[in-house]
Amino acid sequence: MMRGTIAVEVRGLTKMFGDFIAVDGIDLTIKKGEIFGFLGPNGAGKSTTIKMLCGLLLPAGGKGLVGGYDIMKESEEIKNNIGYMSQKFSLYEDLTVGENINFFSGIYSVGRNKKKERKEWVIEMAGLKDRENAQTKNLPGGFKQRLALGCAILHEPPIIFLDEPTSGVDPISRRNFWNLIYEMSKAGTTVFVTTHYMDEADYCNRLALIYRGKIIAEGTPNELKQKYMVKYVLEIEVERVVEAMEVLNGKGIETAIFGNLLHAVVDTLGPSIELVRNILEEAKIPVYRIERVLPSLEDVFVTLIEVA
Amino acid sequence: MSILRIRAIAKKELIQIWRDPLSLAMAFMMPVMLLFLFGYAITLDVNDLKTVVYDLDKSSLSRELVREFTESGYFTVVDYIHDNMDINRYLDSGRARVAISIPEKFSEDIRTGRNPTLQVIVDGSDSNTATIALGYISAITDAYSRRMKAGNAAPLIEPRIRVWYNPELKSRNFIIPGLIAVIMAVIAALLSSLTISREWERGTMEQLISTPVKTPELITGKLLPYFFIGFIDVAMSVLLAVFLFDVPLRGSVFLLMALSGIFLFGGLSLGILISIVAKSQLVSSQISMIVTFLPAFLLSGFMYSISNMPKPLQVMTHLIPARYFVAIIKGIFMKGSGLKLLAVETLLLSLFGILVFMIANMKFKKRIV
Repeated sequence: MMRGTIAVEVRGLTKMFGDFIAVDGIDLTIKKGEIFGFLGPNGAGKSTTIKMLCGLLLPAGGKGLVGGYDIMKESEEIKNNIGYMSQKFSLYEDLTVGENINFFSGIYSVGRNKKKERKEWVIEMAGLKDRENAQTKNLPGGFKQRLALGCAILHEPPIIFLDEPTSGVDPISRRNFWNLIYEMSKAGTTVFVTTHYMDEADYCNRLALIYRGKIIAEGTPNELKQKYMVKYVLEIEVERVVEAMEVLNGKGIETAIFGNLLHAVVDTLGPSIELVRNILEEAKIPVYRIERVLPSLEDVFVTLIEVA
Repeated sequence: MSILRIRAIAKKELIQIWRDPLSLAMAFMMPVMLLFLFGYAITLDVNDLKTVVYDLDKSSLSRELVREFTESGYFTVVDYIHDNMDINRYLDSGRARVAISIPEKFSEDIRTGRNPTLQVIVDGSDSNTATIALGYISAITDAYSRRMKAGNAAPLIEPRIRVWYNPELKSRNFIIPGLIAVIMAVIAALLSSLTISREWERGTMEQLISTPVKTPELITGKLLPYFFIGFIDVAMSVLLAVFLFDVPLRGSVFLLMALSGIFLFGGLSLGILISIVAKSQLVSSQISMIVTFLPAFLLSGFMYSISNMPKPLQVMTHLIPARYFVAIIKGIFMKGSGLKLLAVETLLLSLFGILVFMIANMKFKKRIV
C-alpha cells in the first residue's frame, strides 16, 4: 500500500508512437489528498500520460510508483487502487443507471454489506434518484458524467484519475462536478484531473502545464500567476466597450473584452495607464476606471506557450 | 478467479443481448432459419424423375415394363412419344431427364427366349441424379427380367441386402444431424465473435481494462450467456430434426447435449479469440464466417464423405472441430452410439476447446496497443 505522503511519483516518463514523442521524459510528484490539475492544449500528451499512470499504456521509458506500485511491472496492482474515468463516455449505454452501477460494483468486488450503500451514494451524488431504471443513453451529458465518475469510484479508491471529465458539459454541471471533486479531496482521495478549461485550473491545489510532451510549468495557481506572468494586465471600465477595444488594438495595445470590461496587456504600469487614458480620451470615449488586476491563468498559459 | 466478477460480466452481457433485437435474432432465429433452409433444400434423394416413353412394341409386356417404372415411385411418365427425334427435344430442353425406348420386337424376343434390348437414355448433366437413376433402372429391369424368366433357371446369386442405420436410405436422416453440427459451428463462433470487438468499438473496453478484472474472468463471463444460448439452439434444432423432419434419434439425448456442450465451448472460444485479434465487429464476423462455415460445410464429412476425398484434404479435415462433432451427432442420431464409441472424437473436441480458450486468454491484453 501507499507509504508516506506521496500518492504518485514518476521520473522520466516517456511514450512514443512511431517517431512521434507523445510524452517526453516528464517528472510528476503528487501528494496524497491533493487535487492535481494537468493542463495543456489538445494533443499535448495529457491523455497519454494519464493512461500510463493507470496501467493502460506501457511506458517506453521512465520509472515510478502509483499508489506505491511500480508503473512498469505492477499495473494490475495499480488497477486495484485507482478509479479511472476516460475522456470518452464509457459506461454501457444500453444498460440502465442501476445496471451500470451493479456491474461495476461486481467488477470492483464491492462487499455485500457495502453494495447497497454505495449504490445509493452514487445515485444520490449523480442526482439520479428517480431515474435508476432509465437507460444510460437517454441521460443528459452532465448526469452521464457524474454517473461515470460514481461508477469509477464505487470501490473508494485512494487515487482517482479523471481525463477531461467536464468536456462537453454545461457550465452549471461543471460547477457541480467540481464540488464533487472537492468533497472527495476533503475525504483524503487524491485526484489527478486533466482539463483544457483554463478557468477550472483555479480549482486545483497544484498544476502542471504540459506542452508538446514536456512539462513547461508547475506550481500552485498563485505561484504560476506570480512567477510566470511578466506583463501586467489592466482592467478598463469604459462607455463604448467594442469601439474602445478597436481603438486600443489599433494603437498596438493588446486588448480583449471580459464581460463589460476590457483587459489590456502592457509592459509597464504607470506610463501605460496614462497612455491608455490619453488614447481613449482622444477618441472621445468616456473612461470611468483603469486599474491593475492579477492575470488569469489563461493569460499565464498564453504567455508561457508563446515563450515555449 | 472471482465468481462475483464473472457473474457481473455474464449478467451484463445477457442484458445487452436481451435488449438488442439483432443479437436476439442471430441467437435464436438464425439456427432455425438455417435448418429450415438447408433441411429442405439439400436432399440427395431422387423422386419423380420426368420420363418420356418411346414404345415401338406397343404390347401388353411393354406396357407392363413401363408400369414397373412408374409404380416404383421414382419415375413419372410425362409423355409417350412417337418420333425418335422427340427424345432429343425432351432431354435438350430439360422437360425430361430419362427416355425409355422399347424396340419393336420386345415382346416377341421375350416370348421366344431371346434377350431383348432396352434403350434407356439418362440426362447426365446432373451426374449425381443420373447415377442414382441408373441404379433404379437396373434394379427395375433386373426384377422384370427375373419375373419373365420365372420357371427357367434361378439366378446364381440372390443377394439378401439389408441396409443398417438408415434402412430407407433417406438422405435427410444423415443430412439433418450433420447440418445441426455445421449450423452450430457457425452460430457459436459468430455469436461470440462480436463481444470483445464491440467493447473496443464503443469505448467501454478502456474503462473495463482499467479495473482489476482478470482476463479469464472476463472471457468466462462473456462465454457463459452464449453457452446457454447455444444449448437452447442445439435443443431447438434437435427438436425440429425429430419432430419436423422425422429423423429418428436412436441414441441418448443426454449424451448428445453433453457433447454439444463441449463442442460449443470450443466454438465460442474460437469466436472470442477471433474477436480479440480482430478488434472490429465487421472484421471479426467475417473471419468467423470464413473459418467456420466453409470448412464445416465442405470438410466435416457432413455431406461429402471424408474417405472419398484426396489424401491431403483428408489430413486437413482432422484440424476441423466440426468434423468430430458431425461424427458424434451422426453417431448418436443414426447408430445410437454411446460415449465409448465416440471417445476419440470427444477427447479431441475437448482438447480443441481448452487449447483455443487458453490462446484467447493469452492473446487478450489489458492494455491499449
